[in-house]
Order: sequence, then C-alpha cells, then structure tokens
Amino acid sequence: MWQALHQKLNDKGLTVITVAMDSDPEAARPFIEAAQPVHPSLIDRDHLIAGLFNLVNVPQAIWIDEDGKIVRPPETAGVAEEFRHGLDRKTGAMAPEAAARNEKIRSVYVGAIADWIAQGPASRHVLDPTHARDRVRLPDTDIEEAHVHFRLAQALLRRGRSDEAVTPIETARALHPDSWTIWRQTAAKNERGLATHDAFFARVDAAPAGGVYAPVDMDGMPE
Amino acid sequence: MTENEAGIYVTIVSEQGERDVANARIMDDDLWLPVDALPEALGWTLKPEGLCREAVCIPLPRGHEDSYAANGFVNASAFWRLTDRCATRSAAGDIWVFGANARERAGALLSLEAPDFTLPDLSGRMHSLSDYRGRKIYLVTWASW
Repeated sequence: MWQALHQKLNDKGLTVITVAMDSDPEAARPFIEAAQPVHPSLIDRDHLIAGLFNLVNVPQAIWIDEDGKIVRPPETAGVAEEFRHGLDRKTGAMAPEAAARNEKIRSVYVGAIADWIAQGPASRHVLDPTHARDRVRLPDTDIEEAHVHFRLAQALLRRGRSDEAVTPIETARALHPDSWTIWRQTAAKNERGLATHDAFFARVDAAPAGGVYAPVDMDGMPE
Repeated sequence: MTENEAGIYVTIVSEQGERDVANARIMDDDLWLPVDALPEALGWTLKPEGLCREAVCIPLPRGHEDSYAANGFVNASAFWRLTDRCATRSAAGDIWVFGANARERAGALLSLEAPDFTLPDLSGRMHSLSDYRGRKIYLVTWASW
C-alpha cells in the first residue's frame, strides 16, 4: 500500500520511508521481498525510532516537510480499532460493516496524504506549529527507562542469552504499559510469526477505547 | 579509582550503536571507561571545560571532579546520572546501555524538528532521514509481528 503511494506521488515530491520495527530482520525480509519496494525500506532492530518519536504501536506515521519540520506528529497510520469488536477471533474474518469502516478510514487517510502532496502547506491536513505541538505525546523518564531495558533485552537476545533477557523485558513492559511495540515484540509468536494469541486479546480487551490504535483526528474521518 | 584494577571488556549500547570497549573498570557498580574510548562509545569527549558533545559542554561538579574523571578514565555511569539520562546494565556487568534524557527528547519533539536517525535496509545500506531533506517525507512504521 505504501509502495503504491510512493510510486504514484514520488515525482510530485513525496518520499515514503517505511521502518520495520523487527528485532530480527529475517522476520521482516519475506514481506519486504514480496513488496519489492523502490522507497527506503528500513529495519529498526532496537526500535530506536520508538524512542525518538515516542511511538507506541504500528502502524504509526509522521509527516515531515521539505525543511525537516514535523507537520503531523506521530499518529495512527489510517487504521482503526474495528478488529476489537468486528473480528472473529477463531476464523480471523472481519464482519462486513467493520471491514467497510476500516476501508473508509484508510481511504480518507490516504487521500489526505495525496492532498498534502498536491497542496503543500495549504493542505487542511497540515497542522500549524501550535496545533502540531498540542498533539505531540511527550515521553517521560519511565518511558526512556523502558527503552533502555528493551535495548538491553535485545542485546542479550542477540547473544543467545534469553534467560537473562526475561527481567529487562518485564521491566520495560511494566515501565511503559501503553507500548504495544515493546509488548508484541517480546511476546510469544504463533506459527505465522504473529503475537495474536490469548494473551494478546486479553491485553486488547483490557485496553480503553483508543488504547490500541488512537483514532486518527483528521478532517473527513467518519464519526 | 585506583590504577591497579584489572581492566575488562564491556559492550556499550548507546545512540552511537554497539561498541566493544577494552580496559574498562567497574567500581562500586559504576562503569569507568578509558578517556580515549569515550567519544566512539558514547559520543562525549573529555575536555578541560568538562564533558562535551558537539557544541555542548557540561562542566564536572566543582570539588567532585575526581568522581567523574580520574587517571585517564571517565565514570560514564555517574555522568549519565548527573545529566538525568537513563542507563542500565546486564546482571553480568558486561553489557551497559546508555539512553536518553526524557526532557531533552520531549523538547526535541516540541521543536517539531524531526529527529534524525540512521537505519539499514535489508541489504545493509544505511539511510538517514536527513538524506531526504527537500522531499516531503511520509515516515511510517510496521512490523512482522
């Protein structure tokens, strides 16, 4: 999807940069090779950009203008929480109304990116600095501590020292309970490489509305 | 800090990446690094005015300089505490992670200046966000999991 956007709007000034938050690049490889991206498709083993931009889940996105200024701070990249009620957890099928709403949100969001590329700073989706700042979620010391413990766990895991990684993983999760990236990266995976087992859904069910994917606050989104 | 302690190898994990440093010393649970290793491992350099990174120099607390720099070593752990940066280490003491200061990170985000980073693609080629200055960048995360 991002590949198509990049190809469509690249000669209008857009560069899409995708970042896989995957501690094992080999887990990301099949997806990247299947997409054959012509845009920069990067791997962030230690989730460094989660620290830099204070990210909590995937997909999240940041819009950055030609001068390196953030014109839309980190936000959910056009997905919604429809799966929380619309997904059949046994079959993996989405209820049609939920799927339709997801698709509507996705198309409004992608349309907004195209509008930004066409209109530049005049686009109604570009936030002025005051509004942009209002939307920035600020990291606190617990969050920074969590990232440090997460990095220690990753360094230990890369050396095959999984027993020693248990404590830093638990510490990171406890210090940053809002982070799905820390939780899912360090959770057990099923045979398809997904952390979508009972413990995941228990965590989803315990989260408040917007606690998995914060709603995208954007003109034109459905109610 | 005495000079007859045996040096050890440690791995330093920081925004500089991962670096192995020889001849380090652990004293009272603090990590002392050879002055020469500091710039590459942590991005800081010991100068007469204090510990410096780019244009910023942080003076060592007056009267307590020896707790931070002595005999060709710098107490990296103490400096990190002094500057409210987060750090941790493996139980075995061989891997030390030096992280960020939350207020600095928050301030950087509020400046709306996109923080630069450098990451590899699948082929190992490195890309920096700043390489793409002059373009509109749509930066988006995903994961296999």
